[in-house]
Amino acid sequence: MTDDKDVLRDVWSGRIPTCFTLYQDELTEREAEPYYLLLPRVSYLTLVTDKVKKHFQKVMRTEDISEIWFEFEGIPLKWHYPIGLLFDLHASNTSLPWSITVHFKNFPFKDLLHCQSKDVIEAHFMSSVKEADALKHKSQVINEMQKKDHKQLWMGLQNDKFDQFWAINRKLMEYSPEEGGFRYIPFRIYQATSERPFVQKLFRPVANDGKPHTLDDLVKEVCPAAIPPEGGEKKYQVMIHGIEPLLETPLQWLSEHFSYPDNFLHIAIIPQPTD
Amino acid sequence: MEEAGENHPALPANGGSDAAGEAAPAPAVSPATEEPHSETKRKIDVLLKAVGDTPIMKTKKWTIERTRTVQGLMDFIKKYLKLEASEQMFIYVNQSFAPSPDQEVGVLYECFGSDGKLVLHYCKSQAWG
Repeated sequence: MTDDKDVLRDVWSGRIPTCFTLYQDELTEREAEPYYLLLPRVSYLTLVTDKVKKHFQKVMRTEDISEIWFEFEGIPLKWHYPIGLLFDLHASNTSLPWSITVHFKNFPFKDLLHCQSKDVIEAHFMSSVKEADALKHKSQVINEMQKKDHKQLWMGLQNDKFDQFWAINRKLMEYSPEEGGFRYIPFRIYQATSERPFVQKLFRPVANDGKPHTLDDLVKEVCPAAIPPEGGEKKYQVMIHGIEPLLETPLQWLSEHFSYPDNFLHIAIIPQPTD
Repeated sequence: MEEAGENHPALPANGGSDAAGEAAPAPAVSPATEEPHSETKRKIDVLLKAVGDTPIMKTKKWTIERTRTVQGLMDFIKKYLKLEASEQMFIYVNQSFAPSPDQEVGVLYECFGSDGKLVLHYCKSQAWG
């Protein structure tokens, strides 16, 4: 349906206005002005911040610069999570622009993976796509693709080319009509308050009785506390791409339209703001 | 689990401090004993297979805490094989994808385990795309 195709484009073009500020203890030769940027939600921090890095390095001495990393309100931001997820998980319900602090020292290696080059991001991205297809199609679709198709997925994301990316990605979204959906839905559910990085399980798009599973079914299974009790107070928000999709939305539809480019649904469960 | 009586060693706990860390934990390998039920559920069986010219491990089957990360497992394998901590190590699921180092092995077991165990391939160089 044409309407649904528009959803793909809307999800792809989601942007977060962001203000980057250099950490106060970094040594500079001149004052470092803040740097403003619209961050693509579906991309990765270290993939889209070359300009930010250059901007701050201009006022710093080479010997004061080591690996760049980003922080929001004391939380080191994991570059290998999509930007939209980082925002939904840590910064929903805060005021825009999103205020990110830039560091060039004291890399928090306990919290963050190193990212020395774009190749590291590409390897991480392709691994996620492969993992997702292992869940969706027992890896059949991704294995039938050629190396150049894999490259096209990555280049599409890296260069923000929607058509280039989706020309290949649509194959990863196919399934036979008699099955009614993917084998399993690739999803990860994150909670800012949780010790664990995320929850991921095998979950089918269709229930045993043939009814489509909804977002509600998934959240009930994985994180029942997030569903408000009958007539009770809503305590949590279930966020994907900055919105709270209706809980009755079929999971298969969400997987096809709301997945990030890595083919996973990244769902943030966060406390409902009080006022 | 049916393999509870089998005598394969357990990777010791290391306090969950291995998030995405470089600092390798210092696991002293200990053989598994009969474990209480809750303990069994807390841990999973993992089969480690070498790829290419990467040295094989004498013991292939291990009991591992679900919350241990892929990074923690890599550090352990390197230590066991007496490789330098700085050497590269890749771990693959289904001989197809490399899970990210901060992923928990319990999650991989849930999604990709079969016959009560998780099969992982390890390699000193990139083996699969």
